[in-house]
Amino acid sequence: MAKDTLTAAEAPPRRDGTLAHIGHVLRENPVTMLAFAMLGFFLGCALLGPVLVPYDPLATEAARALEPPSFEHWFGTDNLGRDVFSRVIVATRLDLTISVAAVALSFAFGSVLGGMAGYWGGWIDAVLNRCLDTIMAFPLFVLAMGVVAALGNTVENIIYATAIINIPFYARLVRAEVNIRRNAGFARAARLAGNGDLRVLAVHIFPNALPPMMVQVSLNLGWAILNAAGLSFIGLGVRPPTPEWGIMVAEGANFIVSGEWWLAVFPGLWLMLAVFTFNLLGDGLRDIVDPRKRT
Amino acid sequence: MVSDRAKMILGRMAQALPVVAGVVVISFLLTRALPGDPAAYFAGPAASEASIAEVREALGLDKPLVQQFFLYVGDLAQGNLGTAISTGQPVAADLASRLPASLELTLVALLLSCAVAIPLGVLAATRPGTWVDHLCRVLVTAGVSMPTFFTGIVLIYVFYYLLGVAPSPLGRLDFIYLPPPTVTGFHLIDAALAGDWETWFGALKQLVLPAVTLALFTLAPIARMTRAAMLQALSSDFIRTARAAGLGRGKVLYGYALRNALLPVITTLGMVFSFTLGANVLVEKVFAWPGIGSYAVEALVVSDYAAVQGFVLAMALLFVLLNLVIDIAYALIDPRIGFS
Repeated sequence: MAKDTLTAAEAPPRRDGTLAHIGHVLRENPVTMLAFAMLGFFLGCALLGPVLVPYDPLATEAARALEPPSFEHWFGTDNLGRDVFSRVIVATRLDLTISVAAVALSFAFGSVLGGMAGYWGGWIDAVLNRCLDTIMAFPLFVLAMGVVAALGNTVENIIYATAIINIPFYARLVRAEVNIRRNAGFARAARLAGNGDLRVLAVHIFPNALPPMMVQVSLNLGWAILNAAGLSFIGLGVRPPTPEWGIMVAEGANFIVSGEWWLAVFPGLWLMLAVFTFNLLGDGLRDIVDPRKRT
Repeated sequence: MVSDRAKMILGRMAQALPVVAGVVVISFLLTRALPGDPAAYFAGPAASEASIAEVREALGLDKPLVQQFFLYVGDLAQGNLGTAISTGQPVAADLASRLPASLELTLVALLLSCAVAIPLGVLAATRPGTWVDHLCRVLVTAGVSMPTFFTGIVLIYVFYYLLGVAPSPLGRLDFIYLPPPTVTGFHLIDAALAGDWETWFGALKQLVLPAVTLALFTLAPIARMTRAAMLQALSSDFIRTARAAGLGRGKVLYGYALRNALLPVITTLGMVFSFTLGANVLVEKVFAWPGIGSYAVEALVVSDYAAVQGFVLAMALLFVLLNLVIDIAYALIDPRIGFS
């Protein structure tokens, strides 16, 4: 009872402190605020985009092919007369889904593997480290190419490939964070109180790894989008006519040397903005989570 | 002390062995899982069932997977990577003839990137928290956020289509030049050795756009690492002492702080090299650059697994080797390593 009142008394000032700290960082760093606003915009596009766009992203109109941007077609039309603006906005959902799903997968698997290796150490740790070293030995995009080519050309396989190449980052992070706290006072106390190893690991130790993980997640989302778009660009993964940023840039690239720039530039710009948003967000989160690591 | 260091270097080399073994296994498994039947492809479109089976037997594809793996390792030990179906040449020869093109592009890009990123990082570190610092951060973040294939296309549009100053983005050398006699395979070095400056400029002109594309992408990690390492070096005791002793600003900054900050930057370069090799694939496709990246993309399309396998393996081995060299160089340069 006394313990409860003590935490209740302590909690509010601490939360104020965190909020004040976040507020301070945001004020200090208008760039981070901008990143949050842009994130909101992209999430809006992903959720509502298909409902709001003026044209059907797949509807062709041969009579109006390759028109430059105008009031009617904001981003112009492509070689089949499809509205580039509608396609770019609709593609947001697919691109974000791929990256979020891939990052969620690597987060889950990386946490489990890294947690086990960091907590129990020994041969689990040794085996895991060798496996991660092997994955990291490949240029990551090349490995992703190989995986998608081997598993087959589908959206799910892009997600798996992107997840596989990102697992080492999470596993190493969790392993390090868990390892330094394995014998900390609070972990020993939790064990003495009768908690099993799994429970101590999952409930008491793992949450401490979450703040740096969030930074990693944000940076990785940007990477994942780039990776997926790059795979589509070389013809692996998403297939036409599905609207997707990478494939739209690839299709538009054929027209750039004859001057029809809007086919490739707008999807590329959107792709870049999305990645930029996640990268800035990661930086901002890092400032909030760990001010010493600011770079 | 010398033997300690030698032991450490040997230990580091031994650590690389399981990684190499893992790389061989993964590249074997990946390419065996490629869709499509290479035997059918190799036998040609008019082949009958019997002749496809014959080809399959000749390629060793009818044997169990484990046996195929040992055959593959045996071939590998003799430097035999198999024959590429699409070109009909040994894969090792194909890779060897295309690797210099990729390396030339990657190295020029990295040099360019270092030349911009390191001064930028120093600039940001000497003025932390100011608008210069924020601007640097936004600039390098924008650079790393640009998909390389998109940057390449935009550069082509601006410098080839609009301004007309860049040559057409088709390969390493325009048709009007003859490639220089091959010595190193690097056109810039070969042309310079032959004293053919016209060709040298021709090769340079082709190289500028793809190299800038790659360099933009690699600015961020180098600039950030320089900034962080410089900040750390500038706040350390020996800098305070150097300042107290009355050394000039330039001497302190470049003579002491930067030299110490360069070590972590060199480590970062290893990582940067890895994803530059990955990004190379995309840049080579955009600029029709005849390197190993575009070779791999062409091979992937026709499920030519000897070629894909060779490529994946070559990339991974190159990278393992590079990291090994960096670690060893690091141990030789930094006296603090090896004592603990």
